[in-house]
Amino acid sequence: MDVDEIRAEALARIEASAEVSSLEENRVHYLGKNGLITSLLHGLGDVDPALRPATGAGINAAKSSIQEAIDKRRIELDNEQIQSDLMSQALDVSLPGRKGYRGSLHPVTQTLARIEEIFVGAGYDVVDGPEIEDDYHNFEALNMPSNHPARAMHDTFYLTNEMVLRTHTSPVQVRVMENQKPPIRVICPGRVYRRDSDLTHSPMFHQVEGLVVDKGINFGDLKGTVTEFIRRFFEQELDVRFRPSYFPFTEPSAEVDVMGADGWREVMGCGMVHPNVLSMSGIDPDEYSGFAFGFGGDRLATLFFDVQDLRMFFDNDLRFLKQFA
Amino acid sequence: MKFSEKWLRTWVDPNIGTDELCDQLTSAGLEADVIETVPDEFNGVVIGEILELHAHPNADRLSVCTVFDGSDKFSVVCGAPNARVGLKTAFARVGSELPDGLEIQPTKLRGVQSYGMLCSAKELGISDDHDGIMELSNTLSLGLGLREAMDLDEVSIDLDLTPNRGDCFSVRGVAREVAVINRMSTIEPVISEVPASTEKIFPIEVHAPSACPRYLGRVIEGVDISQVAPAWMVERLERSGLRSIDPVVDVTNYILLELGQPLHAFDLASLDDRIVVRMAEEGERLTLLDGNSIELDEESLVIAHGTGPLAIAGVMGGVKSGVTETTSDVFLECAFFSPEAIMGTGRRYGIQTDASQRYERGVDSELQGAAMERATALLIEIAGGNPGPVIEVVDETSLPRAKELTLRSARLEHLLGERIKDDEVFGILERLEFRPKEVPDGWEITTPSHRFDISIEEDLVEEVCRIYGYDAIPTRTTLTASPLKPSRRDRINPADLRNLMVHLGYNEVITYSFISPERHDLFSPDIQALVIENPMSKDQSVMRTSLIPGLIDALVSNVARQSTSIRMFEYGQCFNGEVGHLEQGFRIAAAIWGLKDPENWTQEAKTVDFFDIKGDVERLVEASGRGVKFGESARSEFHPGQSADIYVDDNVVGTVGRLSPQLQRKLNVAGDVFVFECDAEPLLLKRQRRHTEVSRYPSIRRDLALVVNQEVSSESVEKLIRETVGELLVEFRLFDVYKGKGIDSIDKSLAVGLIFQDPAKTLTDSDVGALVEKAVVALEQEVGARLR
Repeated sequence: MDVDEIRAEALARIEASAEVSSLEENRVHYLGKNGLITSLLHGLGDVDPALRPATGAGINAAKSSIQEAIDKRRIELDNEQIQSDLMSQALDVSLPGRKGYRGSLHPVTQTLARIEEIFVGAGYDVVDGPEIEDDYHNFEALNMPSNHPARAMHDTFYLTNEMVLRTHTSPVQVRVMENQKPPIRVICPGRVYRRDSDLTHSPMFHQVEGLVVDKGINFGDLKGTVTEFIRRFFEQELDVRFRPSYFPFTEPSAEVDVMGADGWREVMGCGMVHPNVLSMSGIDPDEYSGFAFGFGGDRLATLFFDVQDLRMFFDNDLRFLKQFA
Repeated sequence: MKFSEKWLRTWVDPNIGTDELCDQLTSAGLEADVIETVPDEFNGVVIGEILELHAHPNADRLSVCTVFDGSDKFSVVCGAPNARVGLKTAFARVGSELPDGLEIQPTKLRGVQSYGMLCSAKELGISDDHDGIMELSNTLSLGLGLREAMDLDEVSIDLDLTPNRGDCFSVRGVAREVAVINRMSTIEPVISEVPASTEKIFPIEVHAPSACPRYLGRVIEGVDISQVAPAWMVERLERSGLRSIDPVVDVTNYILLELGQPLHAFDLASLDDRIVVRMAEEGERLTLLDGNSIELDEESLVIAHGTGPLAIAGVMGGVKSGVTETTSDVFLECAFFSPEAIMGTGRRYGIQTDASQRYERGVDSELQGAAMERATALLIEIAGGNPGPVIEVVDETSLPRAKELTLRSARLEHLLGERIKDDEVFGILERLEFRPKEVPDGWEITTPSHRFDISIEEDLVEEVCRIYGYDAIPTRTTLTASPLKPSRRDRINPADLRNLMVHLGYNEVITYSFISPERHDLFSPDIQALVIENPMSKDQSVMRTSLIPGLIDALVSNVARQSTSIRMFEYGQCFNGEVGHLEQGFRIAAAIWGLKDPENWTQEAKTVDFFDIKGDVERLVEASGRGVKFGESARSEFHPGQSADIYVDDNVVGTVGRLSPQLQRKLNVAGDVFVFECDAEPLLLKRQRRHTEVSRYPSIRRDLALVVNQEVSSESVEKLIRETVGELLVEFRLFDVYKGKGIDSIDKSLAVGLIFQDPAKTLTDSDVGALVEKAVVALEQEVGARLR
């Protein structure tokens, strides 16, 4: 066979190779150490020197075109292989992924976190205190001596005559003032306890107390802070109303209502810190003034998450809790 | 406090509607709600009279009435048993609309035409009375609308009073407020002295003058107790929530509502020689008007006579000395008791009365004379009788004194952040009866006797602001700048701990801080829990000493709700120790039960085991950058072979493990429950991270299969290897534990991977070989290990 015949045969066989292995066989057959083309090159020495360059060039040209055809065919076969692998590797991607359980924070915790975030952003510290309190911090230091009628509003749980389950988070504000000089800017979230249970009351609930004491703090600051907080919390420019009320530890005192779908809704109590409270905790009321506010964390959570019965928060039904994941 | 709006308007009648009136009161600090008498609407119902009545021809129970409405006669079929000739009743004419929306049409009832309907109180939504058609007074004019005739459109106003506003616990007090707000004056009833028509007196001794600074008494002889109070008085009482009883009770109640002054009437015949106002003596007993017999304590002020106590002063009278239907001579008491003397008394005995509510908050100490005269006048007008002279025992030194206070205009502006015009402040103070005087930098005032709640300058600030309007004070939202606060690198925020638990797949729960004593004893029999003196119920009567009982309760109830897997945690305070040595730190605890992973198609469903929860504990502690160790636990609520105490920095901080099988059986949970509980504080301390150089040289791994006795813990093997090999061992991986075929039954095989790396050079095979050899020798000698 002359070189052209070899080339024609090689190209045909390469084209016909269906697998990488037969392509490799063909490569060896033509271009291998003892391949037909290689042999032709080796035989060049026997060719008439005058014809040798032309013959050599012809063989090399054939070699190149065979090599090219092999490379081309190899890529084609590789692609075919990949294509067929892809088919066999295909998954039902609609099957669910492998994953663990999804946890959740309690809706009240989420609400408190939201409240903390708003106040911390405004430079407040978050502090906590003991839930079993002494009479002094829960009542006396808040201007509620024993037999004070306001104590009747508190429905207190007693452990002894002197120790109670705190009825509000206000004792934490006393502890802060005892230990820190103004400027003071804190919020105190935590559990509080009152003997009361119905749709909107639980014997244990959460309160958030806020306290600001500094030079020149006034009622306008209180109104501004509370209004701003409520609007940030609900992310709505809600109508907010302040009306006179009474707390032994603030003067003037106010109740705060927010306009909802069914009219005004009471959301918190607040006021200017009573001068007796300031002086009992060692702060000079002539030099400093301050405001305090307190509200139910669970109550805000019921409004925020549209929960009708506050007691559901303490039922710990996972079907309820997982809704807040 | 509830009262009729119409009554209030006889005192002061601003030209505004009910809703606006209530808004005004609410904005002034007296939270007011409207109570509609008849919530459901009806119209077209008038007063009708039954002129004739015949039996229905076709029905035994029905009758055919001729009803006259003052101008026309109508034939009406009626089934009421009380229908009779001459009765005036509620007549719904054709075209009337009833509360249920029914419109009255001419209709045939069992063959007889009926033009209208005679109504019961229930059908009109007035009351639940459905015994028959309404029986109305004969004095009402025919054809008059029923709503008008019965004042059904009149409303009561309910005030939710704050404890400081005792002065508003009466129609008079509320009227004063309304007058101040609307710049009006009140129309006071004329009260004049009722001259004595008998000389009869009854002696009074006051032995506790500071508790009872003023006591007035008067005898009224020959009262006709069978008389009935006039309709207007009965109606005002009823609209204020009080029933009419007899003339004496009605008059004292009326004065209580009208003026805010409680009075008490004794049956003179039941008293011995004199009235003594004194503190109770130990062991004295008294049967009260409500029938309860109580033992008095020495802190209680009582009204007594020579032979013992008659009444708890200002709270409730005794049954023996009370006015009854046979009473004819009464001793009327009208006193000023100091609030401090009455505060707490009612609460100690569990009694709250209209009188005690007022005395606790305080009544006007100048009111008793006028109240006594007004009561006398009303009583003799209704029930006759001859009043004796008023005896007054007063201790001037114990009476509250008017306070003189100064309100500085600068202080007012400073606290409100708003400058209110001087003449406006003056006007408000004047209308509030503070008798202001202008002084150079403010006002001097004198408190009126009814405003005993005003004692400091800030109280005046509130008064001015309240009348000026809280809403009129401008808001300010820029507080002064606060210094930047440090970000602590040695602490973890508790919120991050909670979030980590959430990422580990736990649902947070909040359980009550008080639990049942049985639950406590079940879990922690050796710990004394704090007991609440006055719990809501026994189930919530002891303070938790651990989070586990509450968590397990929550778990059990969710198992009952068909959960297939539970992972819950709580973060909260626990209460240990006793009063005086209380520990109430935060803890974190979790419980898991059921399927280890959500049921899925990639693997077989497995239930949780000890190492699932232990792994979570390790993750939790590792968040602080510190190591955690585990040691044997002795806590009885845990399975002894599947529990461990948790050590951080060599201190026990908690326990992890399976609930003891006995407990699981008592709780009736199928399947094993695993829990951990840990003090929060140690987990919140964070190790400060610092950079150490990462080695640039390759590491070498050697695996060993060691056979050791089953008693030998994997922890001791790791410890021994680390000690012998030293710091070149950068990682220890325990990758298999095998027991069974090919291994002696008392032994186990541990497969460990040891990874060596030198920070400063490339280790050679022989370096590592020597280290491994050393470890193998040590293991053989120390724990009897051999290579498999």
